Amino acid sequence: MSRAKRDLILYVNGDRFAVSVEPRKSLADTLREDCHLTGTHLGCEHGVCGACTVLLDGEPVRACLILGVQAAGHSIRTVEGLAGENGTLHPLQQAFWDNHGLQCGFCTPGFLMLAAGLLESADPVTDDKIDDVLSSNLCRCTGYQNITRAVCAAARVMRQ
Amino acid sequence: MIGKPLRRVEDLPLLLGTGRFAADISLPGQAHLRVVRSPVPHGMLRGVDGRKALSMPGVIGVWSAADLDLGPIGFRMVAFPGMLPYRQPVLAAERVRYVGEPVAIVLADDPYRAEDAADLVELDIESLPPVLDQLQEPAQFDDQNDTEALLHEDGYGDVGAAFAAAPHVVELTVTVGRHTGVPLECRGALADYRPGAGTLDFYGAAKVPHQNRLLLAGLLGLPPQLVVLREAHVGGGFGVRGEVYPEDVLVCWASRLLGRPVKWIEDRNEHLLAANHSRDQVHRIRAAVLADGYITAIDDEFWLDQGAYVRTHAAAVPTLTASMLPGPYQIPAYRVRGHVRLTNKTPAGTYRAPGRYEGTFARERLIDAVASSLGKPAMEIRLSNFISPDQMPYARPMSALGTDLEYDSGDYALLVGKAQARFGLAELEHGLAARRALGEAVGMGCAFFVEKSGLGPYEAVRISVDQSGHIDIITGAGSMGQGFETVITQICAQELGVRPETIRVLHGQTDQIEHAMGAFASRLTVMAGSATLIAAQALREKALAAAARMLEASPRDLELSDGAVRVAGDPDTGISLAQISEALRPDQAARWGLEPSLTADGWHTTDHMCYPYGLHIAVVRVDAGTGQVIAERLLVAYDVGRAVNPMLVEGQIVGGAAQGLGGALLEEFRYDDAGHPQCTTFMDYLLPTRAEMPPVDVLITEDAPSPRNPLGVKGAGEGGTTAMGAAIAAAIDAALGVPLGVKELPVHPEAALRLAKAARRESTSEPGGA
Repeated sequence: MSRAKRDLILYVNGDRFAVSVEPRKSLADTLREDCHLTGTHLGCEHGVCGACTVLLDGEPVRACLILGVQAAGHSIRTVEGLAGENGTLHPLQQAFWDNHGLQCGFCTPGFLMLAAGLLESADPVTDDKIDDVLSSNLCRCTGYQNITRAVCAAARVMRQ
Repeated sequence: MIGKPLRRVEDLPLLLGTGRFAADISLPGQAHLRVVRSPVPHGMLRGVDGRKALSMPGVIGVWSAADLDLGPIGFRMVAFPGMLPYRQPVLAAERVRYVGEPVAIVLADDPYRAEDAADLVELDIESLPPVLDQLQEPAQFDDQNDTEALLHEDGYGDVGAAFAAAPHVVELTVTVGRHTGVPLECRGALADYRPGAGTLDFYGAAKVPHQNRLLLAGLLGLPPQLVVLREAHVGGGFGVRGEVYPEDVLVCWASRLLGRPVKWIEDRNEHLLAANHSRDQVHRIRAAVLADGYITAIDDEFWLDQGAYVRTHAAAVPTLTASMLPGPYQIPAYRVRGHVRLTNKTPAGTYRAPGRYEGTFARERLIDAVASSLGKPAMEIRLSNFISPDQMPYARPMSALGTDLEYDSGDYALLVGKAQARFGLAELEHGLAARRALGEAVGMGCAFFVEKSGLGPYEAVRISVDQSGHIDIITGAGSMGQGFETVITQICAQELGVRPETIRVLHGQTDQIEHAMGAFASRLTVMAGSATLIAAQALREKALAAAARMLEASPRDLELSDGAVRVAGDPDTGISLAQISEALRPDQAARWGLEPSLTADGWHTTDHMCYPYGLHIAVVRVDAGTGQVIAERLLVAYDVGRAVNPMLVEGQIVGGAAQGLGGALLEEFRYDDAGHPQCTTFMDYLLPTRAEMPPVDVLITEDAPSPRNPLGVKGAGEGGTTAMGAAIAAAIDAALGVPLGVKELPVHPEAALRLAKAARRESTSEPGGA
């Protein structure tokens, strides 16, 4: 396995990042260490907890299971790219705040991106679908009730 | 402001991705530490060979116990001297005692390289047979000691006489499995020793920074004031995070050795092997019962699997188990014997509702057994044994965490009545009975409990107002993500009549305030909240005194509202807190005979805890085909005395309920017969997901304010968890129609299937049965 670093271009939240990373470096570590975007968190590094969820070309992915080099040239969206340019919160951020959808906040970026992938997709969103999708990430603080409430509230806002 | 569901003041950075958790903090020139851990459960350590690792590019060094001059990690609380021989060394020296025990460290310029190199460190270990069962007779721990680190005996009254006289004796053995807090953020630490200055900054502190500063400074031989612990964002605590662990000491030691910052970030596999486990108790419990169901005595013996060492919590869990086990009931005589036994597993410590989750499971199963043996409803047994409101304050002649066990207030029957009405329990049970008649295995179970909260002896708060009117509240108490900053903000905002937006809460920095206890034992709202109120009252007095000089009025004629001091009845005379802060320059303050700065300190001290209480109700369905237990609803009624922010109280309870459900149905650290851990990833240690969590309805009541603090509050952090195991067990019994079927948590599908099968045998063998 080559440890030689590779130069690559990442497009994150509309910004262009020229980075040089080992081929084995995960996308999550690349985002955190080379792009200095530490909002993407690592909770397990084996693809279960989903704290590292980001959008890759609009689809939620586990950034701990993807290599930085695999993301070259793709469009990546992280929690830092959710709020508007003028600081307006994304409807999901606003709904998590309004509905006490977070406690320690460590899993929050992953849940926000997971839900953003769902709510911003063209597929119709139902409460069952929300429950189903939210079951793919782990939260240890909230018992999920307020996360679900927040995502349903954001879905209503975004439908309008 | 107090009592309002204020949206949290700490949420914005967490929502924007600009939070600063331990792993997010880096310093120039930092080295990365990786721990080499024992791969065997028990053995003699004959050698550590780091030569291959040292030849790897980027590796700075490899160190083992022989290189260290550090003592074992001391105790933070309930420090029984008899447990001292069982403290954990920072690195294993002669013997390894569990899989995951730190044996050596590798430092490298990059975390990936440090991990690669750690894999190349060769350990020469001569395996020994492991001890894996706390029920086994004590084995040899070292030359002087056996594996029973403590036999804790406590109680009161004449238990022997009560049992001799009792018409009924009910006895059972119950087990709560090994599980723990598992916060979503793994641990992490960054130490920065500055050669020359001789200072050590430690990032990644949590829970008890001031206590840990003393412990770390002592281990390293540094004056405490030169050691600064800094708490950043903390990704959940639950009892586990924030204790001093070997890794915390190692980053400090290595930073001092290298004269550069050293960072260690735990991965999940390490966390499940290295951070405190908890629970894992077997109780043999019996009750002496009169014909009417009144319990005259409880006799309990329990065995706690402490794992390989006694860590910072020392005897906290066994003593809390013992003292809190009688719970809400009178129990005129009580005897308890707790065996704390060491095994070759990850060491154990506290986890949300430590000792109470286990003790409540044992006691409430016992209540169910008493009810079953007398043919009475379990709630009737509860009601006839409750401590009544006119017995409050109720002293049980025992101690809990070094305080006299004296319940401050409570009306347990009132809460039961309110819960029955609010949740419609009679109709609910009626509906479940109808479903059972149609063949569904559904049932409801209840469990009542008393929690403890607000552990003293002190907490301090300093409030200061700057020249713009911005308010800083400084406390050494920590935040683990519960909403601490919001609660403190609400209390201060109410007292000073200011907007929450003008307040910032600073916490967990040991160089900002001299004394602090920290964030544990559901104590923050009680202790730091009360200190905030007291400090805000002092600040108000000072503002009035200064404004009196400025307005040339008597302080008695002044009032503080909307952030300004006015002459009562004269709205045009307002002087803002900003102006008062400006005016309290040292020179002017001296002329006025006042201390400079618009600043005030507040202390809350207490020798007693306060005791919230609650009722947990679970509705479950058992899948006849797979044995899966599906929780359909959870109901929690909880009296917190006074809720500063009911939305946050409810959030604590729902989150706590999820953890209680996890321990009842999913979470368990299993070991194979050779002592190898089987649950080292999230594929085999199962946290509840959205799919397993049913709706949780919460009834918060304020019927029994605490007389022991100026706010009347009691802690809300643990009461979502405490009785969930007991309630779910009772619900499974009801679903399957097997009285006292569940005696062991967690209830795996195989266990539920076995119970279902036993129930079918029972029903077919009944005389006259089909």
